[in-house]
Amino acid sequence: MIVRDIVEKLGLKVCSGENGLNREIEGGYTSDLLSDVMGNADENHVWVTLQTHKNIMAIASLKELAAIVLVKGYEPEADAAEQSNEEGIPILSSEEEAFELTGKLYEIINQAK
Amino acid sequence: MEFKFTIEGGNFSKAGSASSEVKKILKQLNVNPKIIKRTVVSLYEAEVNVVAHAFEGNMNVDIDTDKIVVKIEDKGPGIPDIDQAMQEGYSTATPQVREMGFGAGMGLPNIKRNSDQMNITSKVDVGTEVEIINYLG
Ligand SMILES: Nc1ncnc2c1ncn2[C@@H]1O[C@H](COP(=O)(O)OP(=O)(O)OP(=O)(O)O)[C@@H](O)[C@H]1O
Ligand SMILES: [Mg+2]
Repeated sequence: MIVRDIVEKLGLKVCSGENGLNREIEGGYTSDLLSDVMGNADENHVWVTLQTHKNIMAIASLKELAAIVLVKGYEPEADAAEQSNEEGIPILSSEEEAFELTGKLYEIINQAK
Repeated sequence: MEFKFTIEGGNFSKAGSASSEVKKILKQLNVNPKIIKRTVVSLYEAEVNVVAHAFEGNMNVDIDTDKIVVKIEDKGPGIPDIDQAMQEGYSTATPQVREMGFGAGMGLPNIKRNSDQMNITSKVDVGTEVEIINYLG
């Protein structure tokens, strides 16, 4: 399963980092607390959050996450989008809330395993 | 091998950049990926603590054949009660900082879990030093 697959299956908007759509996804983590994500997310995870500032990219880059998915139609701040493009780690956006989106992601990622 | 990076208090847009530089160096040196991951988590948390809680600081990295020793020292308010600060959930972060998703009180516990040795010394109204040691073996 790659990032492009979840974009297509869930109709997500690609806000930035389009060059990373072939990154492999192996799981996910949902949280808006940065230290929680730092401590518990893993390499190749998709991260579901409502945080839109540049620090989400610092974490995605350090943890080598597959992609970030923003909920409720949120968009990344300009400097976050810029780093996402540079590093090739996509920031996606969904109209749904974290609960619904996480449920769907969980299902399609596990089906692919 | 020794490296030194500066950390700016209050500058969240640069938070994590010193840790990111160290990660690049460790990758170049072909350090075991598991040890890189643990080290990166602990360095990031210590770096962000300087940004969120102190005025300015440095990250001093010493990479040896058998271990990585990193000292993060800052000028800042210091920590009056280190045992309390180490407790998961304890945080003095401001409302603005919490709104950004910092301030869960999980940073120092993350460092503890992701280092082989962690030493904190602090002086109120002077500053804090966090030493993180990870063995390469
Ligand atoms: N370098 C520092 N200078 C002054 N106080 C610090 C420093 N590092 C930590 N502290 C104190 O210890 C508390 C706990 O730190 P910890 O990193 O565990 O949580 P946090 O930074 O508040 O939140 P989080 O790391 O989850 O975003 C802080 O809220 C602060 O009071
Ligand atoms: Mg912290």
